[in-house]
Amino acid sequence: MNRWVGSLISVLAAAGLAAVAQAQTAPIKPAVVFSTGGKFDKSFNEGVWQGAERFKKETNIAVAEFEPSNETQFEQALRRFAQRGQDPIIAVGFAQAVALEKVAKEFPNIHFTLIDSVVNLPNVQSVVFKEQEGSFLVGMLAAMASKTGKIGFVGGMDIPLVRRFQCGFEQGIKYANPNAELITNMTGTTPAAWNDPGRGAELAKGQFDRGVDVVYAAAGSTGLGILQAAKDRGKLGIGVDSNQNHLHPGNMLTSMLKRVDLAAYDSFKAAQANQWKGGVQVLGLKEAGVDWALDKDNEKLITPEMKAKVDAAKAAIISGQIVVHDYMSNNSCKS
Amino acid sequence: MEEVFTLVVATLAATLRVATPLVLCAMGGLFSEKSGIIDVGLEGKMLMAAFFAAATAAVTDSAWMGVGAAIIAAEALALLHGFACITHRGNQVVSGIALNILAMGLTVVLGTAWFARGGQTPPLSAGERLNPIFFPVAGDNVIVYAALLSVPVTWWLIERTRFGLRLRAVGEMPLAVDAAGISVPWLRYRAVLLCGLFAGLAGAYLSIAQNAGFSRDMTAGQGFIALAAIIFGRWRPFPAFGACLAFGLLDAIAIRLQGVKLPGIGEVPVQLIQAMPYLLTLFLLAGFIGRTVAPKAAGVPYEKEH
Repeated sequence: MNRWVGSLISVLAAAGLAAVAQAQTAPIKPAVVFSTGGKFDKSFNEGVWQGAERFKKETNIAVAEFEPSNETQFEQALRRFAQRGQDPIIAVGFAQAVALEKVAKEFPNIHFTLIDSVVNLPNVQSVVFKEQEGSFLVGMLAAMASKTGKIGFVGGMDIPLVRRFQCGFEQGIKYANPNAELITNMTGTTPAAWNDPGRGAELAKGQFDRGVDVVYAAAGSTGLGILQAAKDRGKLGIGVDSNQNHLHPGNMLTSMLKRVDLAAYDSFKAAQANQWKGGVQVLGLKEAGVDWALDKDNEKLITPEMKAKVDAAKAAIISGQIVVHDYMSNNSCKS
Repeated sequence: MEEVFTLVVATLAATLRVATPLVLCAMGGLFSEKSGIIDVGLEGKMLMAAFFAAATAAVTDSAWMGVGAAIIAAEALALLHGFACITHRGNQVVSGIALNILAMGLTVVLGTAWFARGGQTPPLSAGERLNPIFFPVAGDNVIVYAALLSVPVTWWLIERTRFGLRLRAVGEMPLAVDAAGISVPWLRYRAVLLCGLFAGLAGAYLSIAQNAGFSRDMTAGQGFIALAAIIFGRWRPFPAFGACLAFGLLDAIAIRLQGVKLPGIGEVPVQLIQAMPYLLTLFLLAGFIGRTVAPKAAGVPYEKEH
């Protein structure tokens, strides 16, 4: 009898220990709130999704997701996740900044990661990118690839963040070819501008009619229409955020990579290892947060000479020899 | 000079591209409204058609199957509208709005379930789309010509045929039509089905001709603009066509004026240009159109006297 009790106790103790051990490496409950562009925009949101998927595969930890159908749902979604004890929560896109600031104050013990904007709270990690540096490089490529010397830019919503892409792009163009001309269009002034491929295509066609032969699409889902228009007209398109070269091989000059996938993945990884830190992270060329895409889909369009020039400029930006002006530093493209 | 010429031609081509879905929707809406059935659901029909066109084209690799599916989808909604408003004499505006909401939700839900792309359909290749026929640069696919043709056809059907005469009569005074021994519901159903046909074509144009795939809410209010065009055109085909072209032209100009320095004025702010179509709408409605006369029985369910 005593033996039985003894073994029972030891079994219980072992089970208890195991429970404690499990609590120490308790799997985190990460969550993502996407932006209005939608999870599969082949661009910005999809990048975050890829990062989350990679984390999911490696760790077998489920990642909760929410795709808002309009911007009023951000706050609800963030709060719902926080109430359920999801931690950390990634908020994708500058448009969530206001909602996130509010919810983060209500839940000081939950960790939030905001991509593309800054909220200064101890439990918020803000990840922003030096889009101007990546855009500078693709601007150089555009200027070198253009035969007409006219290059187009179609942005999504007309906000300083998109102007930053445009401004870096313009600097890159002028750096490679001071005589090249840039024609800029914005799709709209509301968040719907991220999701209007029809209008994007029309804007791009309008630019082609004016002689443009390379167009840079920095417009979320709208970009799909812009790049499609480039393919339909036999022009060159430049993708953004994720590597979009595979969309139209042969008509995609390159893509400006914004490694939001890394940002999402790193944030989850850090949380898992209990090393998550608040504060602002600025990822540029140096930190491999932005880059340009070269793969089998566009290698025929990039001559060795173009690659050499861009690589040289990239090194110069990393070393600080070339400083790419940031539109958002003074809300102007003139430094 | 040559540059100006190409710019003008390009702008006109863009006008036609943008106006095509408006024209088709307006002609469809005309049939419906002439028969006394108000159709606020043009937007929903077009959206549903756009989705089914892209989904079917992506699955079957055939643009024409896509067009067929678009028409079937739009007709299904048209029949639903008819069932609610003609058979059951429901409120036509409420039914139309319900269709719009249904289409908005259903397209995204089905799209997510079938393709898992956040409501979008897979991008379509050239073989799965309706491609330009004569001028690749202008984008003159078969539906653009169909839209141009739809205007005289609509005019002829409404103004010059027995069916048209009865249609107009049923929209003005259904009692008289009924007294003459002609079925009011059957006439109205035919009008609603014609409306579905045109809205289906407009939807197919959006997703498999103008664009290469469906994306959520891609109609972006064009169904309502078509309704406005009908009102501007005072329920007549050619003036309504003109109104559609005017909207298209404004849009095309707005797109091309962005970032262009005009002599003497300088660069026009983007916001002002984007507001132009709406400003013009207000301006036209307030001043130029004058009193608009809708078909008398529009919106009134017909109840047979016993």
